[in-house]
Amino acid sequence: MNFLIGAFKPACNISITFSDGKSRKQVPMKKENGKTIMVSLFQSKESIAGKVSIEPLQGKKIEHLGVKVELLGQIEMYFDRGNFYDFTSLVRELDVPGDIYERKTYPFEFSTVEMPYETYNGANLRLRYVLKVTVSRNYGGSIVEYQDFIVRNYSPPPSINNSIKMEVGIEDCLHIEFEYNKSKYHLKDVIIGKIYFLLVRIKIKNMDLEIRRRESTGSGANTHVETETLAKFELMDGAPVRGESIPIRLFLSPYELTPTYRNINNKFSVKYYLNLVLVDEEDRRYFKQQEIAIYRQQDS
Amino acid sequence: MIADGVEDEEKWLAAGIAGLQQNAFYMHRALDSNNLRDALKYSAQMLSELRTSRLSPHKYYELYMRAFDELRKLEMFFKEETRRGCSIVDLYELVQHAGNILPRLYLLCTVGSVYIKSKEAPAKDVLKDLVEMCRGIQHPVRGLFLRSYLAQVSRDKLPDIGSEYEGDADTVVDAVEFVLQNFTEMNKLWVRMQHQGPAREKEKREKERSELRDLVGKNLHVLSQIEGIDLDMYKETVLPRVLEQVVNCKDEIAQYYLMDCIIQVFPDEYHLQTLDVLLGAFPQLQPTVDIKTVLSRLMERLSNYAASSADVLPEFLQVEAFSKLNNAIGKVIEAQPDMPILGVITLYSSLLTFTLHVHPDRLDYADQVLGACVKKLSGKEKLEDKKATKQIVALLSAPLDKYNDIVTALKLSNYPRVMEYLDSETNKVMATVIIQSIMKNKTRISTADRVEALFELIKGLIKDLDDAFHDEVDEDDFKEEQNSVARLIQLLHSDDPEEMFKIICTVRKHILGGGPKRLPFTVPPLVFSSLKLVRQLQGQEENPFGEEESTTPKKIFQVLNQLFLQCAEAANDCDLEPVAYEFFTQAYILYEEDISDSRAQVTAIHLIIGTLQRMHVFGVENRDTLTHKATGYSAKLLKKPDQCRAVYACSHLFWVDDQDNVKDGERVLLCLKRALRIANAAQQMSNAARGSAGSVTLFVEILNKYLYFFEKGNPQITVAAIQSLIELITTEMHSDSSTPDPAADAFFASTLRYMEFQKQKGGAIGEKYEPIKV
Repeated sequence: MNFLIGAFKPACNISITFSDGKSRKQVPMKKENGKTIMVSLFQSKESIAGKVSIEPLQGKKIEHLGVKVELLGQIEMYFDRGNFYDFTSLVRELDVPGDIYERKTYPFEFSTVEMPYETYNGANLRLRYVLKVTVSRNYGGSIVEYQDFIVRNYSPPPSINNSIKMEVGIEDCLHIEFEYNKSKYHLKDVIIGKIYFLLVRIKIKNMDLEIRRRESTGSGANTHVETETLAKFELMDGAPVRGESIPIRLFLSPYELTPTYRNINNKFSVKYYLNLVLVDEEDRRYFKQQEIAIYRQQDS
Repeated sequence: MIADGVEDEEKWLAAGIAGLQQNAFYMHRALDSNNLRDALKYSAQMLSELRTSRLSPHKYYELYMRAFDELRKLEMFFKEETRRGCSIVDLYELVQHAGNILPRLYLLCTVGSVYIKSKEAPAKDVLKDLVEMCRGIQHPVRGLFLRSYLAQVSRDKLPDIGSEYEGDADTVVDAVEFVLQNFTEMNKLWVRMQHQGPAREKEKREKERSELRDLVGKNLHVLSQIEGIDLDMYKETVLPRVLEQVVNCKDEIAQYYLMDCIIQVFPDEYHLQTLDVLLGAFPQLQPTVDIKTVLSRLMERLSNYAASSADVLPEFLQVEAFSKLNNAIGKVIEAQPDMPILGVITLYSSLLTFTLHVHPDRLDYADQVLGACVKKLSGKEKLEDKKATKQIVALLSAPLDKYNDIVTALKLSNYPRVMEYLDSETNKVMATVIIQSIMKNKTRISTADRVEALFELIKGLIKDLDDAFHDEVDEDDFKEEQNSVARLIQLLHSDDPEEMFKIICTVRKHILGGGPKRLPFTVPPLVFSSLKLVRQLQGQEENPFGEEESTTPKKIFQVLNQLFLQCAEAANDCDLEPVAYEFFTQAYILYEEDISDSRAQVTAIHLIIGTLQRMHVFGVENRDTLTHKATGYSAKLLKKPDQCRAVYACSHLFWVDDQDNVKDGERVLLCLKRALRIANAAQQMSNAARGSAGSVTLFVEILNKYLYFFEKGNPQITVAAIQSLIELITTEMHSDSSTPDPAADAFFASTLRYMEFQKQKGGAIGEKYEPIKV
C-alpha cells in the first residue's frame, strides 16, 4: 500500500497473515475505492494470531527504532473524514530497535480480544477493525502496513419475541389490522404476517412493505439521521374489500441488513423499521411504521 | 372515442407483447446457459408485463397466453435444475424474493408445480400455500388470470384418489378444499369487477365479465373431474360450499352462470340425490336471475338422464323428483311475482317434459302440470307474447312427442284448456302439430269419442274461431293446413263398421261448419273414407248386423249425398258454377244408384231440394236441368204422401224470393196442382185400401203452400184457387168416410185463423186476403 505514497520507494515489503488464514471464513468487504476484497472474519473474544513478515528490498537494510503491531477498532465519521476515533487499541511490540538485513518474520497474538461492535459501513460513518504494523524510523518516516478484518457478533435467539399486532386506521375511511409474527428477526429470517381489512372506503391501488434503516449519528443537538429504504416488497395488487386478509411473507436474506445497533460507543445507532404503505388511486400514501429488532444468528 | 380506445388498446397490447418477448429472449439465453439468477430476473421482468391495467380482459388474455407458454419453458428449466441438484425448497424460496407481487406469484405457482411433482413436501401443503398466497392479487382481472394459472398448473397434481399425489397426509379432501377455495376467491374477484370503474361503463364491464366467466367455471369443472368425490362428499361438502358461495355473492350474472355450470358439470345422479339442496337455492337467488332457463336445463338434463336408461328410473321415484321439482317451481314463481308469463310457461313446459320422460305412466302428473299452467294463465287474456305462445306450443307438443299417440293426450283434461289461451293463429299451428304427430306415428283413433275430442282440439283448423281476420291468411298456408286436416280424416279408422260410421258422422258434424273455403278440402276425404266403409260392408256379404241394420251402406250413402250437396253449396258460395254442377250431378248419381231405401230417399230428396233452392250460381239451363230432375225424383217416390210433400216442396225451386230471375209463378202452380193431384190419389188409395179416407193433412199442407206464394205475390195463385181448396178440404173433412183426425183438424183450424188474422191486420196483405171467404 505504501509504495504509492510519496516519491520514495518503500524500503521493504510488509505482509500480515493470520495463522488460521487458510481455514478461516472469508467474507467480502467493500473498500473505499469501490473494489470488493475478501477478508477474514472474526468475532468478539476470539484470539487474533498471525505473523508479520518484513522483507527489505534487495540489498538494502532497514534501520528501525522498533516494530509493533496494533489492533485497532475505529469509528470514522464521514463528515470528519480521516479522523478516526479508536474505541479499541491493543499493541504488541515485535522488535527492539535494530537493523533488518533480510526477511524477518514475527509471530504475534492478541488473545481473547473484546470486540463488542461489528464492522459496519453506513451512510455517514463506518466502523472498522484493522491490524496496523508500524516500522518506526528516524528518518524517511515510519513504514506502516494495514490489514483489515471483519468482526461479526452472534446473538442467541431472544427469549421473548412477541408478535407485532396493531389496528390502525383513518376514521370512516380505512381500518386495517396487521400482524407480524415476531418483533425480533435474524438476518436470514422470514417475516410472516397478514393484513386484515376491517373497513375500506378508499380505492387502494397497491400495498407495499418496506424495510427502512435509520442511522443516527452524533448526539444531542448534533444528531444526524439518515434513513434508507432497503427493501420495497409489494404485498398486494388491486383494491381489497372489507374482510379480505392479505398474507405477508418476506424473506430477509436478499437484503443487505445488519443487526440493530443501539448507541454504539455513544457515536451512532442503526435501527430497522417495517413500513406498511398503502397507495390509493390518487397516489396518496397511507403508512404505518413499526420498529423491528434484527440480530445475527449463528449459522447452524 | 371508442375507436380511439380500441386503437390505443391495440398499441398497448403490442407494447406489452414486445416487452414480454424481449425479456423472454433474455430468459431463454439464461436458461440455455443454466444461469438461474438471470433466468429469475428476466422471467420476473417478463411477467411484469402482466401488471398492466390498460387492457380489456380479451386482450389481456392474449398477453397471458404468451406468458403462459414461456412459463412452461421455465417450468422445464426448474425441473432440470432440481435434477442437477438444486434444492426445490431453495428454489421455492428464491422466487419469492421478487419485489413485485404478480411476477412473484406466477413464479411461485410455476415452482410450486415442480415442488409437488418432486414430492418433497405433501401436495396439500404446497397447494394450500399457493392458494393462500394468491390472495395478494386483489385486482379482479389480474387475480382471475393468476388463479386460473394456478388451477391450470395444479389440476393434474391434485391428491385425488388413485393419483400419485395421494398419500397418508394428502387425501381427496385436500384436493377438494383447494379447488373450492380457489373457486371462492375467483368468484369474489369476478363479482367485484362490477363495482370497479365508472357507472357509465357498466354495460361494457358486464360484457367483459361474461368473457371471464369460464375462468371461474373452470374450477367447477375441475371439481367434477375429481374421481374421489363420491356422492356423500358431494352432498356434504362440495355442493353446500359451492351453493353458499353462489347465493352469498348476490350477483345476477354470477348466480345465473354458476347455477347453470353446476347443473352442467356434475353427474345427473348427483343432482337427483341432492335435488332438495339444489332446488332450495333457487328461491334465494336474486330476483333478476333468469331462473327459468336454469331450472329448465336442469329438468332437461334429468329428463335425458331418465331417458338414457330404464335402470335409473327407480331412483327418480325414490327421491320423489317430480313433486320436488313441482314444489320448487311453485316457490320460484311465488318468489318472483314479476316473472313474465313466458318464464312460467317455460318452466312448466320443462317440468312436463321431465315428467313425461320419468313418469310416462303417470298421466295425472302431466295433467297436474297442465292444470297448474292453466291456473297461472287464467285471469289473463289470450296471450299476445309471441315467445310465450311458442312456448305453449312446445308445452303442448311434448306429450304428443312422448307418447306418439294423441289418444293419450286426449285423456289429459287440461290439455284443451291450455289451448284456449292461444290466439287463433297459434291455435292453428298447434292443431297442425297435433295432426302431424298423428300422421307421423300413424296413430289410429278408433272411437267416435276420441274423434270428438280430437276435433275439439283442432277446431282452429276446422272453423273460423274469431271471425275477424281470415282475410290475412296466406293462401298457401291455408291450403297446407286444410290438406293436413284432409289427411287426418283419412287416418281415422275403426274396424268396427258401427264405430266407423259414428266417426264419420262426428267428423261430418265438425267439418260442415267449416265454411265454403274449407269444404272442398275436407269433404273429399270424408267421402272416400265413407266409400271405403261401404266397400268393407259389401265385402261382408253375409251382413253381420242381421237384426239391427243400423249401419248399412244406405245410411252411409245418405251421409255422402248430404256431403255432395254441402259441397255444391260451398261451390255456390264461391261462384263456381261448373263445380257446383258437378257436385250436384254426383249427388244425383248417388241418389239414383245407391240410395234405395225409401225413407232414405225421402230425406235425400228433401235435402236436394233444399240445397238446390239456395243455389244461385246456376245459369238458366243448368238450373232447369237440375230442378227438372229433382221434380222427377220427387214424383217417383214410393209412397204417395212422400211424393206429394216432395212435389210441393219442389215448388220452391221456381220461386226464390231474393232472386228475381227465379220467379216462375206458372210452374209453381203446376207443382202445387200436381201435388194436389197426388194428394187426391193418395186419398183415394187409402180409401180403396182401408175403406176410409186418409188424413186431410196433405191438403192443409198444400193450402199453406198456396198461402205462402199468395203472400209472396205469385200472380198465378188466385183467390179463387185458394177458395176452392178450402172448400175441398172442408168437404173432405165432413165426408162420411173420413176418419176424424184431431191433428189435421187443428192444423186446418189454425191455418184459417191465420188467414183471419191477416185480414184484420189490414195493410197490403190484409187487402189481398180480403176477398177470400172462409
